[in-house]
Parts: sequence; structure tokens; C-alpha cells
Amino acid sequence: MGDNDVGEQTALLSLQHASKAFGAVQALEDVSLDLYPGEVHGLVGENGAGKSTLVKILAGVHSPEAGRLLVGGRDTVLSGPAAARDAGVAIIYQEPTLFPDLTVAENIFIGRQPLTTGRRIDGREMHRQVSAIFERLGVRLDPGRIARGLSIAEQQIVEIGKALSLDAKVIVMDEPTAALSAVEVARLFRVVETLREHGAAVLFISHRLGEVPQLCQRVTVLRDGKLVLTRPLAGLTTDDLVRAMVGREIQERAAGGRSTGEIVLQVERLTREGVFVDVSFDVRAGEIVALAGLVGAGRSEVATAIFGIDRYDAGSVKLGGRKLRRGSPTAAMAAGIGFVPEDRRQQGLVMEMSIAQNVALASLGRLGRIGFIRGAAEQRFAADWAVRLGLRYGRLTNPASSLSGGNQQKVVLAKWLGRNPALLIVDEPTRGIDVATKVEVHRLLTELAAEGVAVLMISSELPEVLLLADRILVMREGRLVTELAHTEATEERIVAAAAGGVSEEAA
Amino acid sequence: MTTGVETPLEVAALDTAGTRHLVDLVFRIREFGIVAALALLVLVTASIQSRFLTQTELKFILQDTAIFALLALGETMVVVSRNVDLSIGSVVGLSAFVSANVFGQVPGVPIPVVFLVGLGIGLVCGAVNGLISAVGRVPSLVVTLATLYIIRGIDILVVGGGQVVASSLPNSFVLIPNESIGGVPYLAIVIAAVVVAGAYYLRSYRSGRELYAIGSNPDAARLGGIPIAKRVFTAFAVSGAIAGVAGVLYASRYGTIDSTAGTGYELQVIAAVVVGGVAIFGGSGTAIGAALGALLLNTIISALYVLGVSPFWDQAISGLLLITAIALDRGISVRLTAALRKRRSRLGA
Repeated sequence: MGDNDVGEQTALLSLQHASKAFGAVQALEDVSLDLYPGEVHGLVGENGAGKSTLVKILAGVHSPEAGRLLVGGRDTVLSGPAAARDAGVAIIYQEPTLFPDLTVAENIFIGRQPLTTGRRIDGREMHRQVSAIFERLGVRLDPGRIARGLSIAEQQIVEIGKALSLDAKVIVMDEPTAALSAVEVARLFRVVETLREHGAAVLFISHRLGEVPQLCQRVTVLRDGKLVLTRPLAGLTTDDLVRAMVGREIQERAAGGRSTGEIVLQVERLTREGVFVDVSFDVRAGEIVALAGLVGAGRSEVATAIFGIDRYDAGSVKLGGRKLRRGSPTAAMAAGIGFVPEDRRQQGLVMEMSIAQNVALASLGRLGRIGFIRGAAEQRFAADWAVRLGLRYGRLTNPASSLSGGNQQKVVLAKWLGRNPALLIVDEPTRGIDVATKVEVHRLLTELAAEGVAVLMISSELPEVLLLADRILVMREGRLVTELAHTEATEERIVAAAAGGVSEEAA
Repeated sequence: MTTGVETPLEVAALDTAGTRHLVDLVFRIREFGIVAALALLVLVTASIQSRFLTQTELKFILQDTAIFALLALGETMVVVSRNVDLSIGSVVGLSAFVSANVFGQVPGVPIPVVFLVGLGIGLVCGAVNGLISAVGRVPSLVVTLATLYIIRGIDILVVGGGQVVASSLPNSFVLIPNESIGGVPYLAIVIAAVVVAGAYYLRSYRSGRELYAIGSNPDAARLGGIPIAKRVFTAFAVSGAIAGVAGVLYASRYGTIDSTAGTGYELQVIAAVVVGGVAIFGGSGTAIGAALGALLLNTIISALYVLGVSPFWDQAISGLLLITAIALDRGISVRLTAALRKRRSRLGA
């Protein structure tokens, strides 16, 4: 990318020495960030490094406990999302929230529609302005269609259009490419380039390190809530970025070397129309198999179909050689499957219930007597698992919501481990968990496999996949495209298989 | 598609423009569908029993429909915002008795004043609903279920054991629903105009569109800075006011009013709204569709009566229609989403 001559200009947005803590966790500590007009600024860091917190501060969702924010050179306090919008800061989330029943144009102009003299909405003028914005962005999207059914890429375009209609000078993109195909990413990059040429400042957050040098002029690296570096990208290699992000060699034992046993899970030609097609694989006792792929590739859907939450149209799931009834989580549990879902707050835990109750939730049959749950047994059971998993908590009777993300995940794990599962399905087991707990979860999964549990893991974090999995199955657009053994897997090969380059029809 | 330099995403975008027409059509079909069902119903009934097409019969249908269509307008505003107003039947009852009673208390009172009394009663009830559910953030299902009973209770207290009879009402008042031009009651024309105006407001004014936005995605509405509480409060206040006016019309139509007047109206109106294509979880549907839904339900009842079918079937058939409408709604949205998803995966996007 071109020279980076930004030193003379005033920053459009300047965050200075910002700190933010959630309970005992220091999410952000003394972080400063300047965004200049006409620059695309990369922000990278591991999960839990503080990127989301930073974004939420800029979005007006969180307010920093220390530090100041200057927008256009003026001290600014963002009291809420509306204040951020009024200050000219627009956030494009990975999955935008639109009004599905309203048209594209209305989504962009809701609450600010151009009016005629009688205070009626001037639909024609609104469409004209939206068309003009899309033309400026170089995209073709019908302003009059309803938003329901738009692809994620198109939804992001709508959000970017909204940002432009608001005349936003600072546009924050929070992992916008995570769910996009290669073609859509190329399109998004062109749009970002257009924004930059028009003098906007773009903060670009991505997990795909290869994208950052392609698009950005400068980069900021966060680690454990602290600023590691901010500098022009010229002369930086991807390896430099990784080193800055990780900061140290994490000593973790690699996968492999375990002896595997009988086939536990056998999935044959599993198909759910429009979601995944013809998925076949098996998982042996003592083996960790990872499902890799981009968000939206159908990985979680395969997992929920196996566990019986969602139905499938064709194919079969066998556990220990016996065919599993479809669409019945009860049958799946009885057969010995444990399922740690992707979203632990919504799906994994009952946040209002106590830690002990959550741990015991899947084992109530064994802890009760003639249908009544014995509180004492529940407590003992939970206390036992809390010790085994190294759970850090106040009291077992505190609600699950009082725990940190990592410890919440341990509770979800304990819930299933208490049932001695033959197969454990874990979906994004370390998402949003701090580095130390992450290592513990990894150790736990490895130990389980060593004890002979079959583990099916879904993870978007490639280092985690490479570290833990004996075999890696890569999904793309609902299909299983590649299988890689632990020894032959590299990050590049997985990404190449998952992204699949330019798809056939589109080329 | 046209020129050779288009990138794949542009092709995808163009293609979705094509689906727009499909989508538009599907949504228009919802109202076409009701009209078609109406036409079929009238044709079949008339071919069996020609008496069905007499002016008297049609006038009856329109007179009955008018009040429901008016109530459906208010209910549409509430339902579109992902809320529900169950209290309107009780408001109709209270307003009907109190306003009709004004004639006895204040001899010679001008009729518009009586309408204002009804409107005022409804407005107060609606404001209470709106205040508790929008500002207090209590689910409107619970709030209006409670006010359904409370307002009915007040009605029973006010009415006591008595009732208003038609003979105590001035002639000019009782004749309101009967005045007609060319066989079409004035009342039906006025209410049709009001419904069209209401639908136009919902479609073409910011605050109207914001009601749809709130129902379509409340979280996005909050993030988008839409004054949710204010809009929802207004919807409830308007719904209440409309129910108040409908109560006065009820009094003039039926003349005899006791403490059970309007009982169960809320469910009939919600049925009409849903049959008319308003999504029960908000975000889409029109007041015109809801009015047509009311017309369809009332026509069915009349048709069954003319055909000599036991009135027992009225409710069963209304219910069946309701389930059909909801199944249709669900089916369309599932199909549509699936169609759009498949299209997308085919494009490799």
C-alpha cells in the first residue's frame, strides 16, 4: 500500500489512554488509538485481547473508566449508540441487524426519511439517494427490495450505505469478512478502498491476518487488553504480527500420539436441504476431530443435527453402531452424547440458576429420588466437578451469570462430563475466553480424549484446531470438502479449503 | 447478464432485484387472496341461495363489518409493533353504555358530543395500556389481558343491573348506521375512508414506518434510536380511542346495551387482523388487509346464516380461517427464506 503520510493531519478520532474493566477482568488497559482521514487502520489481536471492548467503546455501548475520546479534535462522551452515530462514528458488525420486513432504502433511512412538504415520506427521493450511495460504493443493490433474505455481504453493504447516508467519518468494521466468501471479500475491499478515497477513516478488525496488509496502511496490535504496537504496515510480515499478538510461545502439548479405539460416531450422507449436503465422517474413541470452515459453512448445523436439535432430511447418525433417532436430543443424550453449544449464555447455561443447579442440570435423573431433586446431592455433585475442572467461583449457589466467560464454559463442560459421555460435541469451546482458561479447556479436552471419549470439535480458531485435532474436516458451503490428518494440516491448507477461492459459478 | 464487465456480486445483486418482484407479489397476494376468497364465497353462496345478493343482506354485512374494520385499524397499529391489545372489547362495552347513557342524563345533547365522550373514554383506557406496556415495559399481552377484566369490571359497576334500550335514544342517533346511499351505508363509506387514511399514514409517515420497524426487529429499533416507548404508547392510545368511538357506534347500531356489550370483540378483531395478513409477531401487514379480513369473516357468518347452517359453525369456521391464515403466513416466509438461501448458495456467495 502507498505511503503513509498522516503525521500532519488531525485525527478524525483519537482514543487516549482508555481503560475498561468488567468485574475482576481488565478488558482494556491504557489503550490509545488515532484514526486519520483516508486511512484504513487494522486492529488485530487474539480473542479476548480487548478488540470487542474497544469497538463497544467506539460504539457508545461501553464507556471507558479512564481516558478520553476526541472526535474531530473535540472531547466527546459517547453516552449511547445514538450519540456515537451523531458524532459520525458508524459500526459495521459481522452480522448486521436490519429490519427484515422493511426495504433496503428504509433500513438505511429509518427515522430520517426525506420528507415532502406535507411531512410525508418522499419515497422517490429516498430511493434516489440510496441509489446514489450505492453508485458511489460501486455496488448494485435494489433499494426497493425488502431486507429479508439478503446475504450477510449485502446486509453489510446496507449498513455501510447507512453510514455514508449519515455522513460518518469514522467507520469501524468488526470482523466483516468472517462470514464472507472470497468474492464478497474482494467486493468489500473495493468498497473500503472507495471509503478511504473519500476521506473516511476505517478501523478494520480481522482474524485473517493475510487481509490486513492487503487493505490497511497502519496496524494496531492488542494483547491481553494492552496495546502492543501501532505502526505502518510497510515492512511488517504476517509472522511479525503473529508474534506481537501472541507475545510468547504458548507451551501446549500437541495432539496426536493417542491410541484411538472403536468408531463411536458414524455420520452417513447427512443432508439438510439448503444447509448441508452429503456429510459423512466418523469419530473414534479417544480421537479429537475438528470441523473447520468459515462461519456459515454449516458446521454448527451439522452438530445440532447430530445432537437432534435440528432435523435432517436424509442420511443417518449412528452411535456405537446403533442408529440414532432423528430430531430427539433426549435420544442423543441417552445414547451418550454431550453437547456444548456455541452460545453458552443463550444455549449452554440457565444464567439465572445457580452454578450447582447448572452443573447438575443434565444429571437430574441420577441425583434425584423418586422424582425429587436432592439439594445436598446436587451440591456435592457440583462441588466435585468444580474441583476437578478448577472452577473459580464465589459460592456454588451464586447464579451462573456471576462467573467469567471461561468459568461459565467450564460449568457447561462439567454438566456434560457428569454424564460420562461417549461422544462430546463442543462448538467454539474457547470463544471469548481468556488465554489462561483457554489453555485449561484445551488440556481438559485432550485429557478427555486420552480417557477414551470421542470429541467432535467445531472451532473457527485455526491455531486451536491445529493444536488439538487428530483429524480436521473442512466444510465449505454445506459440504465436506477436505479431510486433513494432524500431520499434514497447516493453517494455509485449511484456509484454502475453507474459502475455496473463487467459486465455480461466479467465475 | 447484460454487459461483459460485471463482477459476480453485481450479478448476484441484479438477481436479487429479480426476486424483489417475487417478494412484492407474494405480499400483494395476501390481499388479493382475501379478495379472491371473498369473491368465491359470495359467488358460491349466491348461486345456492340468490337471497344472499339482496341489498338488505349486503347492507347488513357492511353495517356489521364497519365497526370491526374500524377496530381492526387500531389493532393493526398495535400488532404491527409486535404488541397486542386485548382490552378493546371491554372498551367498546364501557364506551357504549356510558355514551348512550349521556342521552338520558343530558336531554338534547348534540350527537358529536356523545362521540367525543366515547373517544375520551377509549383514549384514557388506551393511554393506561400504553403507559404500562410501553413505558413500564410489561408485555402487552399481560397488560391488556388485565385491563380487559378491569375495564369490564368497571363497566359492570357502572351498568349495575340496568341497561340502555333503543327507545331511550334519539332517533337521529339510532339511524346513523342505517342511512345509506345506493344501498351502501354512509357509515361503511366513512369507515372505509378512515381505514384507507390510517393505512396511508402507516405507509407514508415516519412514525408509521417506525411502528413496522419496531415490530420487525426491536433490537435494531433500539440501536437505531427509534423512540420505541413513544411510538408504542401512541399505538395503544389510538387503538383505545378507536375502540371508544366504536363503542358509540355499537350503541347506535344495537340500541340495547347491557354489561356484556362488546364481549369477545377483541378476539374477533384480532382474528380479522391476522386473516387480513398482518403478521401476529409484527413488522408487516396493512390496515386495509385487516379491514378486508373483517369483511371476509362477517361475510362468512352472513353466508352461513343465509344458507341455513347452524350458527355453531360460525366460530369453528372463523377459527379454521385463522389457522389457515397463520399457516399461510408461516409457509410463505419459510418458503421465501429457503428460496432466497438456495439462490444464494447457488451463486456461491
